[in-house]
Amino acid sequence: MIWNPERECMKREELEKIQVERLKFVVERLYERLPFYREKLDKAGVKPHQIKSLKDLRFLPFTTKEELRQGYPYGLFAAPLDQIVEFHMSSGTTGKPVVGGYTRGDIDVWSEVMARALSSAGCTSRDIVQNAYGYGLFTGGLGVHYGAQKIGAKIIPISGGQTKRQIMIMKDFGSTVLTCTPSYALHIAEVAEEMGEDPVKLPVKIGILGAECWSESMREEIEKRLGIRAFDIYGLTEIIGPGVAQECEERAGLHIYEDHFLPEIVDPDTLEPLPEGEEGELVITTLTREGTPLLRYRTRDISSITYEPCGCGRTIARISKIKGRTDDMIIIRGVNVFPSQIENVLMRVEETEPHYRLVLERKRGLDDLTVEVETNPEIFFDEVKKLEEIERKIAKEIEEEIGLRVNVKLVEPKSIERSAGKAKRLIDKRALK
Amino acid sequence: MLVKQISVFLENKIGRLAEITELLGQNRINIRALAIADTTEFGILRLIVDNPQKAQKILEEKGFTAKQTDVIVVKVADRPGGLSEILKALKDFSLNVEYLYAFVKQSGENALVVFRIEDTQKALDIFREKGVEIVSPEEIYKL
Repeated sequence: MIWNPERECMKREELEKIQVERLKFVVERLYERLPFYREKLDKAGVKPHQIKSLKDLRFLPFTTKEELRQGYPYGLFAAPLDQIVEFHMSSGTTGKPVVGGYTRGDIDVWSEVMARALSSAGCTSRDIVQNAYGYGLFTGGLGVHYGAQKIGAKIIPISGGQTKRQIMIMKDFGSTVLTCTPSYALHIAEVAEEMGEDPVKLPVKIGILGAECWSESMREEIEKRLGIRAFDIYGLTEIIGPGVAQECEERAGLHIYEDHFLPEIVDPDTLEPLPEGEEGELVITTLTREGTPLLRYRTRDISSITYEPCGCGRTIARISKIKGRTDDMIIIRGVNVFPSQIENVLMRVEETEPHYRLVLERKRGLDDLTVEVETNPEIFFDEVKKLEEIERKIAKEIEEEIGLRVNVKLVEPKSIERSAGKAKRLIDKRALK
Repeated sequence: MLVKQISVFLENKIGRLAEITELLGQNRINIRALAIADTTEFGILRLIVDNPQKAQKILEEKGFTAKQTDVIVVKVADRPGGLSEILKALKDFSLNVEYLYAFVKQSGENALVVFRIEDTQKALDIFREKGVEIVSPEEIYKL
């Protein structure tokens, strides 16, 4: 179902007119109101009045995650504080989190794009939505919540965890739509089977899954085991949260809501814009955001774009399912983690350069990270309880750093491969692609 | 009066123990006593050998993490109650025994037991006071 046919099925020339108007407005507003962007634009030698068409987008400077972190807490806010009604933040504690500030208008846009997304996957006001995305600073929970409220669906704001209870509630209330990460959907199937239930018999018919990379074979597995149709949703905290793009029933790419989010694909090394169909880094400019708008934000996600009209009737562009990232960030149970964060913790604990390896597996559907650390004279003690204490201490520090519980395993020295160049630190056994 | 015990970190992998004993054997090092503390994922191998310095060097060269720990070796009367008398003395003085294990060989009528006690100095004092016979390192290495 198409929530907003007027916008989602526009003629491209008309869509582009709206985009140009909005782009001009955003650039001007940022230049006037936000020192951060005025400096960037001055440095790039660009004045707002020079932006006259979509082709001029390429003259605007990029924005990176690092810059957003440096802007913590209020450095990227383009609206005055008394217009802000909500804050969200990214996961991770190294350095500072990325902050999103939302005005009333931003929340309305969020509700609108999420309404489009949910409808795209076949969700209507008759549906009971079990929302297992995390509620809180993470944008997943509330994003889906606002969308469901907009379309009038009945939402159960259950958030994540307590899976047996989730299954009980799913059955008792007859939830028809499940919103969560793909790995959590698999985990629900696992736990149901362990409980002696047939997950196919659960009332859920539709899954709207995202916040992490997942492959076609994983989709097949989820659909088979839960007896649902699973749709991919894309979003990121920096832009708005979930609702940036969504698969329709054709499942031939994710429609990106271009009237609000202007997409480009660029070469991650040269930063030159790439033509339609070519794979590169997805870059997004927010066209309507008031609180924390962004120009040419480098998402680090690898994708391609097509402007061909879709079989569903929508004319807005489609991005391909995200293939991976251009940096070494990994997503574990929906949380962003950089291996360097773990390395920093180990250095603090060991006071020497650590030899470590990250082993990522999927256990009972959930991501499981084991940090293998080689013993050395600094951290080897003659008592089991002291060694266990070291393991626990490292695990605790890592948990405080990245917000995720991990396993720590001491291994023998020289058991982890050395390499001349950048060490291969990560063994990802999850078969995501 | 403290004997040097070698502790080695072991992953729970098949063959690690065999490797170590082979290595020591090849280098003509004689094991006097040994014990393994194990957990789900790793173990600590504890060895009393006739040449602890050499043993540590060899193990480290082969990439093992090995450390020397001070332990006390005592002669325990080889009769029921022999060990319990010693442990009672430690208990009366509130000393905690981290671990202990016994030797392969005996010394005459006595069993030889290795003690690891946190406060080694205090333990030595108590043993002397109670007339517990402590075995010197030299004697151990020569066994």
